[in-house]
Amino acid sequence: MENPKPYERGDLNFKATELRLGLPGSEEVKREATSSVRNNKRASPDMAEEGGYKGGSNANNAPTAKAQVVGWPPIRSYRKNSFATKKNEAEISGIFMKVSMDGAPYLRKIDLKVYKGYSDLLKALENMFKLTIGEYSEREGYKGSEYAPTYEDKDGDWMLVGDVPWDMFMSSCKRLRIMKGSEAKGLACGV
Amino acid sequence: MNYFPEEVLEHVFDFLKSHRDRNAVSLVCKSWYRVERFSRERVFIGNCYAINPDRLIERFPRLRSLTLKGKPHFADFNLVPHDWGGFVYPWIDAMAKRGVNLEELRLKRMVVSDEGLELLSRSFVNFKSLILVSCEGFTTDGLAAIASNCRFLRELDLQENEVEDHRGQWLSCFPDSCTSLVSLNFACLKGEVNLAALERLMARSCNLRSLKLNHAVPLDTLQKILAQAPQLVDLGTGSFVSDPDSETFRRLRTAIQKCASIKSLSGFLEVAPCCLPAIYPICLNLTTLNLSYAQGIHGSELIKLIRHCGKLQRLWILDCIGDKGLGVVASTCKELQELRVFPSDLHGDGHAAVTEEGLVAISAGCPKLHSLLYFCQQMTNAALITVAKNCPNFTRFRLCIINPTIPDPVTMQPLDEGFGAIVQSCKGLRRLSLSGLLTDQVFLYIGMYAEQLEMLSVAFAGDSDKGMLCVLNGCKKLKKLEIMDSPFGNLALLTDVGKYETMRSLWMSSCEVTLGGCKTLAKKMPRLNVEIINEGDQMEATPDDDRQKVEKMYLYRSLVGARRDAPDFVWTL
Repeated sequence: MENPKPYERGDLNFKATELRLGLPGSEEVKREATSSVRNNKRASPDMAEEGGYKGGSNANNAPTAKAQVVGWPPIRSYRKNSFATKKNEAEISGIFMKVSMDGAPYLRKIDLKVYKGYSDLLKALENMFKLTIGEYSEREGYKGSEYAPTYEDKDGDWMLVGDVPWDMFMSSCKRLRIMKGSEAKGLACGV
Repeated sequence: MNYFPEEVLEHVFDFLKSHRDRNAVSLVCKSWYRVERFSRERVFIGNCYAINPDRLIERFPRLRSLTLKGKPHFADFNLVPHDWGGFVYPWIDAMAKRGVNLEELRLKRMVVSDEGLELLSRSFVNFKSLILVSCEGFTTDGLAAIASNCRFLRELDLQENEVEDHRGQWLSCFPDSCTSLVSLNFACLKGEVNLAALERLMARSCNLRSLKLNHAVPLDTLQKILAQAPQLVDLGTGSFVSDPDSETFRRLRTAIQKCASIKSLSGFLEVAPCCLPAIYPICLNLTTLNLSYAQGIHGSELIKLIRHCGKLQRLWILDCIGDKGLGVVASTCKELQELRVFPSDLHGDGHAAVTEEGLVAISAGCPKLHSLLYFCQQMTNAALITVAKNCPNFTRFRLCIINPTIPDPVTMQPLDEGFGAIVQSCKGLRRLSLSGLLTDQVFLYIGMYAEQLEMLSVAFAGDSDKGMLCVLNGCKKLKKLEIMDSPFGNLALLTDVGKYETMRSLWMSSCEVTLGGCKTLAKKMPRLNVEIINEGDQMEATPDDDRQKVEKMYLYRSLVGARRDAPDFVWTL
């Protein structure tokens, strides 16, 4: 689509000088079976499909193959906006993690997505295994408690739960293990 | 016609609740007009610019409940610039100044300001009910004013508004003495709320029947609220995420089981599907279920849930339910009257979507269906003809094929015959939205058969002016016509100018009407406001070039002439 020159007003001047039979002003735009780009107007949405929808209020004068059409599809902007934010979050499909506890006959599984942060997770683990884990401190790990929560990360190393930001933990954790305090001391005091 | 004293007439008119009945009655004769106007308490104004506040109050001095609609419907889809108009402040101001005893205000697509809400809250001592739908322009500060000052507030219902959330303490502004709340809906607010204040408010609102929370209210708070409000009839959850093994979740299950009155359920703005079984016990009582914002629930879980909902009358859902899921709806929900299927994926991969199959299944299984909004990837004439045969009772039929100009994929024909079957079969059809490849033929059918049609929405349809003329000619009850991107021009616009005074409004955008055509219309019909929305100053330089096509035209009948609050880019011809 050509860029309109400054002295042209859209396609009107073009049409005025066009040689045609028929009275000026009697325009009949024939629609084709598959909608083509209408002169000076927005591209039809079948061209917009790949481009995805972006609700803007400026109709493009020079539509490209990925033009977006304002007003289509007819979805309330409130609804569109609420979907937009959801698209940015990861799909809520659950991050299921095996949890083993030393001495327990079988393992459990938890969905990390359900927890908002470490305190939530630890409370849940305490509930699930009927134990106390205690307070985390950077210096001493889980001091004073019988158990310490640890996890295996992407590199295969066993790490103490709580050292890294929650999001980082969620993405690097492969499995959890609740270690007996005595064993865990080594971990906590290391580094 | 004066056989009865006026008191008797007034008593009889008391039984008339609908606006249409009251409007009809007031046209009979002068004395009926007079009696009716002094007895009308609820007024509905479909276009806030058709009349002004002073004349409203003049005619109906006993006004207690006002419903106002502002922007044209296509404003929902970003076709109308923000500051186009629809301000409610002048109405509140006028009613306050003239001592109206306002108790209820319902607004749709209007611009509401914090100043307006503040004035509202201070001016009407008996104010009870505020319902805002698709409005904008206010913040939570305005809500704080309502909460603080409306001592007898019963209803605060915010539906899909754009509210600037100052994360303040608006909920805490309800005084301890406020125990009158019956309905509270703040699901559309984006920010955090003071959970403790919410719990305390709920605890003292023993008349609460309807509660819709926003996403910031966690399951733990929901559980506490439900434990104290088992009488709820209508519930919208906020966040529905928890560890199913937790104590909190167990308490929630117990609380929900006691909520035997819940008939309407919505929300699930955030959801962990493993928590859904908690609501199964109340599913069999549900008549309304709105999961259209529950993006966290996938098709299979949706289907599991639906199987419990045998009494559903109204279902709003996302298209990730799929055709198979709609088949389950069809076999489970025999009482279904209204179905809305929204697209879950706006970036069009299409794999999760529904097709004509789902719709046909629904039509076969749900004979009581009369209201439909259906977003789909494709539709066939055969399917529409089957649907028309199965469900002759449609009053509202809105079909949106995401790609609006594709033909029937099986026959490669336009969808004229399919929609034709719908209008021919559904004699009570009042509202229709078209999509797909459509020629003038579909409008011929609409003009011929859609005798009760009041609202028609058209996009990318038709071949010539004939199409629009058929509709204007044939649909005697037409009130609202909105058209985008269709080849209708001056001939269609100007052939029957008197028609527009029988309608509420006409919207035409990206069509073939020219500035000259609009000017001619405006000149011939002084009681119409013909507005041109001139974005980007396209017509600034040559306002006299009548051959320019008009990008957006909105015309409506009005008793009070051109509005005085139009912004620069809106020209009233």
